[in-house]
Amino acid sequence: MKKAKKTDLGNYCLGIESSADDFGVGISTFKGEILANKSDSYIPLEGGIHPREAARHHSEVSDKVLNDALVKAGVKPRELSVIAFSQGPGLGPSLRTGATVARALASYLNIPLVGVNHSVAHIEIGKLKTGAHDPVTLYASGGNTMVTAFESGRYRVFGETLDIALGNCLDVFAREAGLKGKKGLPLGAAVERLAAKGERLVSLPYVVKGMDLSLSGLLTAATAQLQKGDCKLEDVCYSLQENAFSMVTEVTERALAHTEKKEVLLTGGVAANKRLQSMLAVIAEEHDARFNVVPLEFATDNGAMIAWTGTLAYRHGLVTALDESFVKLRWRVDKVDVPWIS
Amino acid sequence: MDKLDEKTLFKKGAEASLCLADWHERKVIIKMRIPKKYRPPELDKQIRSYRTVHEPQLLHEAKAAGVPTPLIYMVNVPESSITMEYIEGQQVKQLLNKVSKADRNKLCVKIGGFIAQLHSHGLIHGDLTTSNMIQSAEGTIFFVDFGLGEKNAELEAQGVDLHLMKRALQSTHYPFWEECFQSVLCGYTSILGVELAEKVYEKIKEIERRGRYVEERKQ
Repeated sequence: MKKAKKTDLGNYCLGIESSADDFGVGISTFKGEILANKSDSYIPLEGGIHPREAARHHSEVSDKVLNDALVKAGVKPRELSVIAFSQGPGLGPSLRTGATVARALASYLNIPLVGVNHSVAHIEIGKLKTGAHDPVTLYASGGNTMVTAFESGRYRVFGETLDIALGNCLDVFAREAGLKGKKGLPLGAAVERLAAKGERLVSLPYVVKGMDLSLSGLLTAATAQLQKGDCKLEDVCYSLQENAFSMVTEVTERALAHTEKKEVLLTGGVAANKRLQSMLAVIAEEHDARFNVVPLEFATDNGAMIAWTGTLAYRHGLVTALDESFVKLRWRVDKVDVPWIS
Repeated sequence: MDKLDEKTLFKKGAEASLCLADWHERKVIIKMRIPKKYRPPELDKQIRSYRTVHEPQLLHEAKAAGVPTPLIYMVNVPESSITMEYIEGQQVKQLLNKVSKADRNKLCVKIGGFIAQLHSHGLIHGDLTTSNMIQSAEGTIFFVDFGLGEKNAELEAQGVDLHLMKRALQSTHYPFWEECFQSVLCGYTSILGVELAEKVYEKIKEIERRGRYVEERKQ
C-alpha cells in the first residue's frame, strides 16, 4: 500500500464485494452514510458454490448491479473519489471478477483503488451500523468463523474454527437433509426454522479446544443421525444448532472474559439466526457488556461494507497500487493493519 | 461444615468461578463450574459434569508425568465443584511481560519441557495458555485448568495442543511470541527427542493448513 495524497480526498467511495456467491456494490459517503447497497446472488442449480460458475455469474451481473447502485445513490461515476474492492479472503475466481471490475473502473475514472480485507469489512460495517466502538466480535458466515478483538493495531484472532465454518456446517447439513431454501436466504436458514420445532436433545459431539472449536465432527455425527432415521428431523436440527452455537458462544465468552471488553458484536451471515443472537445476548449480559447484532441487510456479504472500510482506509492514507491489487485468497484478518483505530 | 460464609470470590472466569477459602487450615481454591444459561440445561449439565470428573483425573496423572499441578482435596460432581490446593504465585501471562529476554526464554523452555512430559504420558492439556500456568513463590511452574484436557496419545491431539499454545502466544504476547514459541519447541524437543518432536511439528503444519485461509496450504 502507498500513501494517498491529501488532494485525493473526495466524498464518495464505491465498494465491490465478490468473494463468494454474492456480487455486491455499495456506495458510502466519507462520513459513513450508506447511499446504496445492491447485490445479486449466484444460486447453484444443485450442491454448493461452484467457483467458476459463481465467477461467470458475477461478470454477467456486474454492470447491472453497478448501475443500480449508482442510480440508487444518485451519484454519477465522475463524482466518485475512490474505488474499494474485496481483495480477500475468498474464492479465487469470484474475487478476481470483482477485482477486475474495480481496476477497470479506477483506471477509467483515474481515481485511487483500495483493496479491502473482507473479514475486516464485516467487523467495520457491524461497528458502523450498531455504534459499537471496541467489541469482541463473533464473525460467523459460510466461509468464516472467528472471534476477534482489536489489540495493538490489528484485529487479533482469539478463537476460530479448526476446520469448517459455522454457516458451512448448517448449509451442508440442510443439503444432506434435502431441505429447501428460501430465495435470498442461505440454505442453512432452513435449519433454524425446523430447529425451532425441535424438543429432544440428541447427543452430538461438543468440541472446544482451548479457544478454538471444531465443527466437522459435529456435522458428520448429525448427518449420521439423520441417516439412522430414528430421530425426528426437527430434533436433529435443534441439537445441531444447540451444540454448534453453544460451542461458539463458549469461545466468545472466553474471549470476553480474557479481554474484559464491554461490547459484543455478532456479524456475518449467521448473525441473522435468532437462536445464536439470544445465546450471545446472555453472555454479554453476564459480563456487563452491550450486545450488538449487525442488521440483516449488512449481515451477509455486501458492497456497503467494502465501501465503508475502503473509506476508512483511504481517509488514513492507504491506497493500493494496480500492480499490488492481486487478490489474496487466504488473507487472514490478523495480517491487516487497521490504522484508523487508535 | 458450612464453608459458604468463608468463601471469597477470587476470579470469575468464563467457564468457572474460583473462590478462595480456608479448608481444614489449608488455603484452598474452590473451582465451581456455574450453569450456563445460554445452553439447554441437559447439555449444560453434561458438559459441566464431564469436565468436573475429568479435570481432577488429569491433574492427578499430570503429577505422575512429572508436571506440577495443584493437589485435589475434594470433588463434588452434583455441584460441579473441585476443591484444590491454592498456588500462591504469579500467572506466566504477567511474568512473561516483566522479565528479561533471557529469563523469558528460559521460562518458555521449561514450559515446553512440561508439555512434552504430558504428551509422552498420553495426556493432553487442551487449553495451553499462559494464564493457565502459575509460577509459585519457590519458582516452580504449575499447570492448572485441565478442564478441556483428555487422555489421548495420538499425534493429532498433541499437534493441536501445541498449536493452541502457539495461538495463545500470538494473541496475548504478540511482540515476542515467535521467540517464546521457539523456546517452547526447544524445551519440547529436549524431552521428547528430535525424531518424535519432528513428527509433532509436521502435524502442527498439517493442522494449520487445514484451517481457513492460512498462507501456506496444500494446493
